Amino acid sequence: MLTTSNGETKRSGKDFATDQDVRWCPGCGDYSILKQVQSTLAETGLKNEDIVFISGIGCAARFPYYIESYGMHSIHGRAPAIATGLKISNPNLSIWVATGDGDCLSIGGNHLIHVLRRNPDLNIIMFNNEIYGLTKGQYSPTSPIGTISKSSPSGSLDTPFSPLKLCMGAEATFIARSMDRDPVHLRTTLLEANQHQGTSFVEVYQNCNVFNDGAFFQYSDKKSKADTTIILEQNQPLLFGEEKEKGIILDGFQPKVVHLGEAVGHADLWVHDAYDPVKASLITQYFDDPNNDLPKPFGIIFKKERPTYESLIIEQMNASKSAKGEEHLDALLSGENTWTVS
Amino acid sequence: MLETVTKKEATVLFAGDSGDGIQLTGTQFTDTTALYGNDLNTFPNFPAEIRAPQGTLAGVSGFQIQFGSIDVFTPGDQCDVLVVMNAAALKTNLLLLKKGGIIIANTAGFDAKNLRLSKYEFNPLEDDFLSDYKVHSLDITKLTRNTLKESGSSLGQKEADRSKNMFVLGFIFWLFNRPLNNTIAFLETKFASKEGVKEANIGLLKAGYNFGETSETFSTQIEVKPARLKTGVYRNIQGNEAIAIGLIAAAKKSGLELFYGSYPITPASSLLHELSKHKNFGIKTFQAEDEIAAICSSIGASYGGALACTGSSGPGIALKGEALGLAMMLEIPLVIVNIQRGGPSTGLPTKTEQSDLLQAMFGRNGASPIPILAAASPSDCFQTAYDACKMALEHMTPVLLLSDGYIANGMEPWQFPTADSLKEIEHKIPKGPIEGNFLPYQRDKNLVRKWAIPGLKGYQHRIGGLEKEDLTGNVSYDPDNHEKMTEIRAQKINNIAHFLPNASIDSGHPNSKLAILGWGSTYGAIKTAVRDLNAEGIPAAHIHLKNLHPFPPNLKEVLEQYELVLVPEINDGQLIVLLKNKFDVVFEPLNKVKGLPFTSTEILRHVKTLNKALLC
Repeated sequence: MLTTSNGETKRSGKDFATDQDVRWCPGCGDYSILKQVQSTLAETGLKNEDIVFISGIGCAARFPYYIESYGMHSIHGRAPAIATGLKISNPNLSIWVATGDGDCLSIGGNHLIHVLRRNPDLNIIMFNNEIYGLTKGQYSPTSPIGTISKSSPSGSLDTPFSPLKLCMGAEATFIARSMDRDPVHLRTTLLEANQHQGTSFVEVYQNCNVFNDGAFFQYSDKKSKADTTIILEQNQPLLFGEEKEKGIILDGFQPKVVHLGEAVGHADLWVHDAYDPVKASLITQYFDDPNNDLPKPFGIIFKKERPTYESLIIEQMNASKSAKGEEHLDALLSGENTWTVS
Repeated sequence: MLETVTKKEATVLFAGDSGDGIQLTGTQFTDTTALYGNDLNTFPNFPAEIRAPQGTLAGVSGFQIQFGSIDVFTPGDQCDVLVVMNAAALKTNLLLLKKGGIIIANTAGFDAKNLRLSKYEFNPLEDDFLSDYKVHSLDITKLTRNTLKESGSSLGQKEADRSKNMFVLGFIFWLFNRPLNNTIAFLETKFASKEGVKEANIGLLKAGYNFGETSETFSTQIEVKPARLKTGVYRNIQGNEAIAIGLIAAAKKSGLELFYGSYPITPASSLLHELSKHKNFGIKTFQAEDEIAAICSSIGASYGGALACTGSSGPGIALKGEALGLAMMLEIPLVIVNIQRGGPSTGLPTKTEQSDLLQAMFGRNGASPIPILAAASPSDCFQTAYDACKMALEHMTPVLLLSDGYIANGMEPWQFPTADSLKEIEHKIPKGPIEGNFLPYQRDKNLVRKWAIPGLKGYQHRIGGLEKEDLTGNVSYDPDNHEKMTEIRAQKINNIAHFLPNASIDSGHPNSKLAILGWGSTYGAIKTAVRDLNAEGIPAAHIHLKNLHPFPPNLKEVLEQYELVLVPEINDGQLIVLLKNKFDVVFEPLNKVKGLPFTSTEILRHVKTLNKALLC
């Protein structure tokens, strides 16, 4: 905790660190994500005791041990289901799910799609490293076709998921992507995710330097980054390139890369609107397809206001209370038809 | 000349197509019988298909009720009156009718098509085939249509035919000289918004009654006087309804919110239905995407401070196994209800069995002890559910409650308790601010840890499925610690035995050489068998186990008094495995694996085959 010159206390990431030794491999992208999450929590003003981190199994799932809050390191893939029950039982908590691509999309895929459609107010951070780390290097549901891994020595055959496209299909209300190597962007994205009322899904590209090193380097390397990534900002045109000399236009429903010049100006470009489901669908449909020569989008892809699951449950409960009145246990025990033996 | 035969007990079995409204007819007869003051017990028996092909043997739905002026503990081994709406219903149930019993048959259900579907090569009603019984053949379909036509009913023929069960019910009410008013009140509420249907049903009920009175075919009414039940106020209760009420009562008494996470499965779904009706009690029900999410959401709710419960049947419990282990490891309160059905795999969804006891005991990876309770009858489901909640909350552990399809759907009178008379329940949520460092796995003298729920300042901690260090709960791979924690977790559950009531003789002879030891839904059949054995001068005692893990503390001493302990189970021998493992007593199994409950006669007959030296 820091004290500023006027005596106010300002919390820092350290206020959310535990006494546990962090046990990820040296150089793992998880360290950066942990640091940004801790800093973000400090910025939110949330109290330690009102925060809960729930995880499943995998490298990312160690996360709760390292956050000074309540936490549960549960079983493989089930964190969204546990978090849903917890949120329903205590809507006042700030609940975060830390998960990986295997935990979230493979063994836990069913829970993910259902938590998204129900929309409880949770923040799901999915660390995507396109590999199974904790089980020592098998291909994952996000590994590209042909991935050579311990379980796919001749190359993987499975078509990978686009997590963001999956989220669109599952009626998610907040879909974003960020990266371990872009701390500022990651913090901004997490803060927005936390502010969103509903289930926020944030995919974070995370480097596994042991089993899949450099999978995302083209998006962080200074030489390639400007041409391979595009940062989405609300109401801003889709621009990228070293000098922001390139942009995206919509040709019918087909996004195309254009060079700005006399023929195409800023006014012709696609303007990002995260509230537009059609545009968000096009982003997830086209930009994540490796066959399209489009930059990788980062930022908030889609956002929608929809009542949270827990608020609807409480609404129904209150409606039932005002319709039937607070019932008395004795009335329930006796039921409607009784008879007396004397 | 009308004559009246008085009987101490009578059993009626209604049977017909699954679309014939048999269950509704049975339930209505049950309600009126209860209000009349009889003791009773019911057994609905229906096919898995909602609308199985009409007229087929597979599509027969049955509802059996035994009622009496004496205590009644089972739905009856054989029936006095068999009502059959078609040929298939006769074929499936004729063996259950006593010699000399009454058959009331709807002749419209014995046409060529029905006979073919039920694989009769002749019409059993037109033959000497049923000469051992008193057969009353009525064209109920035609009588129904005529009744409605005369009253100028607006119902179409299909709807009219669907109401024929009310004609039958009215007639059976006449046969047992029962009033119609309770069913009339029911129909008035049920069809309040459908005037035509309401009038037609009430009209048919009365017509059925009047038909009995005026038609000269029937010269005998059967009288079963009210039972001398213990004085008090009663209601009828089904097993699953009783569990639901037990859970709600435990939540109210402990001052916690009830959370019920579940995925639809036969025969547990009615728990979810029942609980979701009572949202005004502050109950949160959650229909999860699968069995795993059902228990995991309940674990989340429990972690958050709710009284959490999940319910399912065998296949669903198998899916919940890993999460059950997590709840055990986290040491959080959770009630898991298993309404057992015929297994293995999908098995016999609508039939009953007690074959998940060993699954409850051992069905998880690693050493994973969880207390197990079993309900003995529909009304006992209430107390068992209440006790399971109390145990979970006071000992910080998941608790498995076993019921089965037989008592889940069966009904009996229940002298319900008042809210005030229910035992108090204390939970382990810390009161007041934290002093010093919080140690999540520090325990009290019963080895129970605190339930520090998120939101409590200063109690922040991390828990999970990995082995934990004693006291701190930090992840630990230390070999000695693992052994110690394994022992602590087992001892914690064994300690619960100190809080259990002693095992005792439920009924029967105090100094017999033979004891019949049961658990769960065999209660009524064993109790009846022991009563009948004793009446014949054969000494035997009935002991019934409610706590299957841990066992009551004195069980060893009780069992050692007997030369032989007979263990009837609706499975291939499961409790007996646990008993033989623990006690040096002579046990003998009596097993039935037919998807059906024991009849008391089956138990009685088996006892008579035992060595005569044991039966004196």
